[in-house]
Amino acid sequence: MAGKLTLERITHRFGGGKPAVDDLTLELHPGELLALVGASGSGKTTTLRIAAGYEQADEGRVLLDGRDITRLAPQGRGFGMVFQHYALFPHMTVEENVAFGLEARGIRKAERLRRALQTLEGVGLAGKGKRAVQALSGGEQQRVALARALVIEPRVLLLDEPLSNLDPTLRESTRADLRDMLHRLNVTALFVTHDQEDAFAVADRVALLRDGRLLQVGTPETLYDLPASRSVAEFIGRASLLPATVSGGKAAITVGGRSLRVAVRSGGTTPVGGSGLAVLRPEMLSLAPARSPGPAAESDDIWSGEVRERRFAGGVTVYDVMLDGGQGVEIASDVRHARPGDRVEVRVVADAVAVVEAAEEG
Amino acid sequence: MSRRPDRRGRAAFLLALPILLVLAWSVAYPNVAVVAGSLGEGLGYWREFVASPADREALRTSLIISVLSVAGAVMVGLPLAFLLTRVEFTGRRMLGVVATLPAALPPLVGVVAFLFLFGESGVLARGVQTLFRMDHAPWTLSGLWAIVFVHAYTMYVYVYLFVAAGLERMDVSLGEAASGLGASGRFRFRRVTLPLLTPALAGSMLLVFMSSLGSFSAPYIFGGGLRVLSTQIFASKLSGAIGMAYVETTVLALSAVSALLLLRWIERRRNYTLSGKGGAARMVVRAGWLRTLAPFLAGAAVLVLILPHLMVLLVSFARDGSWTTQTLPPEYTLDNFRRLAQDSQLWRPIRNSVFMATVATAANIVVCFVAAYLLVLRRFKGRRLLELLVALPWAIPATAIAIGLAATFNRNDLLSGRVLLVGTFWILPLAYFIRGVPLVATAVEGSLRQMDPSLEDAARGLGASWPRTMWRVILPAARPGLVAGALLAGVTAVGEFVASVVLYTHANRPISIEILAQLRSLSFGTAAAYSVLLIVLVLIITAVARWVEGRGARHDADAASVPPLTA
Repeated sequence: MAGKLTLERITHRFGGGKPAVDDLTLELHPGELLALVGASGSGKTTTLRIAAGYEQADEGRVLLDGRDITRLAPQGRGFGMVFQHYALFPHMTVEENVAFGLEARGIRKAERLRRALQTLEGVGLAGKGKRAVQALSGGEQQRVALARALVIEPRVLLLDEPLSNLDPTLRESTRADLRDMLHRLNVTALFVTHDQEDAFAVADRVALLRDGRLLQVGTPETLYDLPASRSVAEFIGRASLLPATVSGGKAAITVGGRSLRVAVRSGGTTPVGGSGLAVLRPEMLSLAPARSPGPAAESDDIWSGEVRERRFAGGVTVYDVMLDGGQGVEIASDVRHARPGDRVEVRVVADAVAVVEAAEEG
Repeated sequence: MSRRPDRRGRAAFLLALPILLVLAWSVAYPNVAVVAGSLGEGLGYWREFVASPADREALRTSLIISVLSVAGAVMVGLPLAFLLTRVEFTGRRMLGVVATLPAALPPLVGVVAFLFLFGESGVLARGVQTLFRMDHAPWTLSGLWAIVFVHAYTMYVYVYLFVAAGLERMDVSLGEAASGLGASGRFRFRRVTLPLLTPALAGSMLLVFMSSLGSFSAPYIFGGGLRVLSTQIFASKLSGAIGMAYVETTVLALSAVSALLLLRWIERRRNYTLSGKGGAARMVVRAGWLRTLAPFLAGAAVLVLILPHLMVLLVSFARDGSWTTQTLPPEYTLDNFRRLAQDSQLWRPIRNSVFMATVATAANIVVCFVAAYLLVLRRFKGRRLLELLVALPWAIPATAIAIGLAATFNRNDLLSGRVLLVGTFWILPLAYFIRGVPLVATAVEGSLRQMDPSLEDAARGLGASWPRTMWRVILPAARPGLVAGALLAGVTAVGEFVASVVLYTHANRPISIEILAQLRSLSFGTAAAYSVLLIVLVLIITAVARWVEGRGARHDADAASVPPLTA
């Protein structure tokens, strides 16, 4: 049965100094897939190891269904864990690996073999139980690791960079498989990744960490559309951050003395004092060839600029445009024929934008 | 803000405590006792040591012999390593195995073999004498050069093994990259190959230096009147000048430990990670003449390498007392072996050696497995101390270890942790145990380092208790190292001579002591028969180790050809 995992005000230091995890609170609802995302050194793996019981947090509590398990040893928690390099036992066959957790629970041989084979079938590895683990491909090893963690029917499943050792093609398909499988089995899962695409594709909610602190937690859409801070906006997706002032539900985005007015997206934060940075994703801007060589007319709702670089990306072409007034922006456009040096007109095509505090927090 | 106490760190410390105590008591305490003994009369013994011309000469000779031995070992080992890794020819693999033989056999057997082949009354000298109708043997195998000769012959194996391993590991693409950048063969060797080999070469040279410094068998038997530190210690102890023996032991141990520290420093400074799948493609030398000549060179090398041991086999069938001035022993018989089997007095040393080696190695397996586990997979207070205690017996020459034991376990005194072991049966197993500690611990550490550390976490996370995790995960991972280390420790113990000669009693005299006694009474046949038996014992131990390893490794059989689990 899926459990509810709560990390409450966790702080952890390695040998004094700056905390690796700093006052982190996180709650996983039963059956939820939550991704911990952050750059390396952001404290995500430490958080995972604290949840698993491999590390003891200096401060704070770990709760399972409201019960304090902070001091409980890993083997007492009944969690499943998939390690980054899988940690498959090299001297055991695939089925012995999968059955190990059952063996540790004193389940007799025939029964544990039956359940191991059943779980292997569930991860698409039927008939490979007798193989040596080294004889499997990277993707298959990953699924053995998953089967080994799932066969013990864990209250919570923890995954440390489960996709990072797979090649790009396999990775794409495994994302979907993993999400389907975990939802089908109704497992509460916490998984760590440095790759936001992995996180967006697999997780129900994403928690973004930096320097051991939680910056924001929410659905992938929330993090993308309504970043809580400049750091989140910069880390998640691509964004051009342009100065803006907010008043009456509208943001006036000003570049080179020309202001464009766009509605502020509801539900987000509003910067203190009304001025901040508008978060403009590449697809929120459009580009067209300039009608006249000089600056655009005052009346138009446009900025003028010059193409610096272009990059063809299949469905769209991504342009790096320097606006008059000295602001660079990134635009994803259907227009294919603009070349570096061309004069262009830039519009905001989104209905609403998020505006974040200009100053970095922390 | 108070930190929560680290539960795992505390558990590791509790596990480490008995191991630390055992090693401190057996490894560190005797050395402390020796140093304390050397200061028994203040600096009196030390002044005596500095003033004694014999001791100054011994120290100087020890150092000279060590330097010359290093040079000799490099001259043999380095070309052999290149020949066997870089040139492809028939019989290359076989020669590779034979080339390690001199180090695999007990040093005393090697010395005896040399005596029979190259000695003053050995086969070669007698042959030359007969051929040229000389009155006297054309040479005597004695003095400085004889010792250096024996050292170079047995210790080149270190150079060969280290350098060959370095060459095998070396990424072939490095050489290819260098030639692609326009480097000629010689330039490539000087700027790429040699610098990459520096750690291996320096490491093996220091190993030879340390081994020569502590070597006892060769100077003891071939030294003639020559004084070196190890034999000087023995002489001082026999003559009752125990204070001098302590000073000499301290000087010898300090010299060896300095060499070890230097070795560690070099290893740390030039530790290149040779990435890539080295050895996959053999960089074949194409020079035609070398390839034609190589099999002959190799054949000659094999002959030279195994001839001394073949001599031992031959002499073991010679009737005692019959071989005097003839080139080869004139009469052959099976009596030597028959007597070993029938005469309980002659059988006794064999039983002693096997029993004592078994006890010592069993203790090594238990203590070193736990020590290696702690060192590789645990962080705890006292880790550095454990590391030091495990490495110490490797650096300290066997003579010094023996003197330490003699100085410490010579009376019962519970307050100072002393137990009377000198003169009892158990002093030798203890000495063997101490000598085996670094061998087994290092081998197990090597195996455990190759294990992905998250395996232990994985097992614990899946609900396995600590004992089950040890039994099902850690022990299997450590097994190759345990087997290899136990093999090495067992082989060393069963043929041990240097510590034994200081500590043995009539009741526990091992094979090596008996070989020496038989040589002294000119029973060459019996001495050789013991040596052959020792070689057979070593081969049996090796075979058993292979068998144990093979049985455990059957799982991995079909995995051998595919890349490892993690990069």
